[in-house]
Amino acid sequence: MADHPTSRNFAADRRRFLARGVQAAGAVSLVGMLLASHAEQARSRPVSALRPPGALPEDEFLGACVRCGLCVRDCPYDTLRLASFGEPIAPGTPYFVARDIPCEMCEDIPCVVACPTTALDKNLTDIREADMGVAVVTGTDTCYSITGVGRCTGCYDACPIKDEAITMELKQEGGRVYFVPTVHREQCTGCGKCEADCLYPEAAIKVLPRALVRHDVGSDFV
Amino acid sequence: MSAPTSSEPATAPVTRPWWLRQRWLLLRRASQFGLLGLFMLGPWAGIWWAKGNLAASTWFDLVPLSDPFIVLQSWLAVGAVTSTALLGAGLIAGFYWLVGGRVFCSWVCPVNVITDAAHWLRTRLRLPPGWRPQRSLRLWLAAMCLVAATLTGSLVWELVNPVTLVQRALVFGVGAGWTVMLAVFLFDLLVSRRGWCGHLCPVGAFYGLLGTASPLRVAAHAREACTDCGDCFEVCPEPQVISPALRGSGTRIVVSGDCTNCGRCIDVCPDDVFRFAQRYRYRPPG
Repeated sequence: MADHPTSRNFAADRRRFLARGVQAAGAVSLVGMLLASHAEQARSRPVSALRPPGALPEDEFLGACVRCGLCVRDCPYDTLRLASFGEPIAPGTPYFVARDIPCEMCEDIPCVVACPTTALDKNLTDIREADMGVAVVTGTDTCYSITGVGRCTGCYDACPIKDEAITMELKQEGGRVYFVPTVHREQCTGCGKCEADCLYPEAAIKVLPRALVRHDVGSDFV
Repeated sequence: MSAPTSSEPATAPVTRPWWLRQRWLLLRRASQFGLLGLFMLGPWAGIWWAKGNLAASTWFDLVPLSDPFIVLQSWLAVGAVTSTALLGAGLIAGFYWLVGGRVFCSWVCPVNVITDAAHWLRTRLRLPPGWRPQRSLRLWLAAMCLVAATLTGSLVWELVNPVTLVQRALVFGVGAGWTVMLAVFLFDLLVSRRGWCGHLCPVGAFYGLLGTASPLRVAAHAREACTDCGDCFEVCPEPQVISPALRGSGTRIVVSGDCTNCGRCIDVCPDDVFRFAQRYRYRPPG
């Protein structure tokens, strides 16, 4: 063996090279697994954080959106924001909180036009087809109209497609006559105008992700 | 932040004024802050020449640009890519292929200002180098970003990528983004010398690969004049790239894609050994 010092060096070098490679691969795999599990957590977001119109389902959205903020820049009403680092939403992804600034349902949908990726679906050309969520009257015990505190029609007046997405249904109960704001889920786009304008301190009508509301059963199902 | 990032040259040249000894550094800072300024012109002054951020942007409401590494991850994640994103990524990739892949790191990336500041301070404080992971670790990390995007279907690296997090924080509102800046600063100051940009950053690794054949390179043109003072090795963020060109007998071109074309060696060399050169048309002296 002493006759072949170079080959022995070569073997030692190769061993060292392989060892370092295995080390690096191991360390990096660990980092990758930690990141992947973090990514799994980052898939969840607060129910109040709604995605822009045309957004792909959340799983695909988080792969397609490059977090550039072009949709945010082209939103004329400053509705959309980019999640900053530390918020409970994947950082850099766009969202809006209906109670703060709702979607104004622009006819030309500038946010979708601005998106350089498939994250906001270009096939959405009619804003009425948007599905950012669906409004639900969550405060049946707080709504001024239902409880009879006053003749409030805040949500109904705010709705850009009123009489289609929201109607005020007359109810009679005993001697009491009152109006119930009623959302028609097929028409509701989840723009959140109703939630923004609700007069009760904690909105009695809220936009929720459609998956939570079980729209798939059919809107006529009682 | 824009202070010189090196220890003072061992042999101070007397013939050149200070600004000439810092000219590439000054130009680099002007480029870094200037580009950031262009992105901030919109939100601050309402002048929308540039919209978006380093991940993707639109210039003058016409030209789309996008980061090829992020677009690649997105394509792997969802299996689809738009022509806009592809065009933007092509323009950026073409530009950096031309001027040197890691020109992104030293002339554009805002994290470089932070890590240069950390390096300046750690030199002043005479801190030991600390953790020195192998430089190839960043390549492994870059591979991890691509594999993770493929397997999870999500842009995993963008959850923690300091490059985009820092720039987005500056352009779209800081939020808790300052913690990322502080983390990178402290890492480079206390944990590892030139740690982030020099050993770990997968974005830099990607641009390094992009620049392996770039025409614009530094050349140790007058290497016979070298007095072995070591100033270039001292200031270079990737000192391993210098030796083959300076001390070898082969090409004088710094061919490694790790070189960021920062020009710091040109600045500090008291013997004017280095200059920028066109790699494929370079003629050695004599």
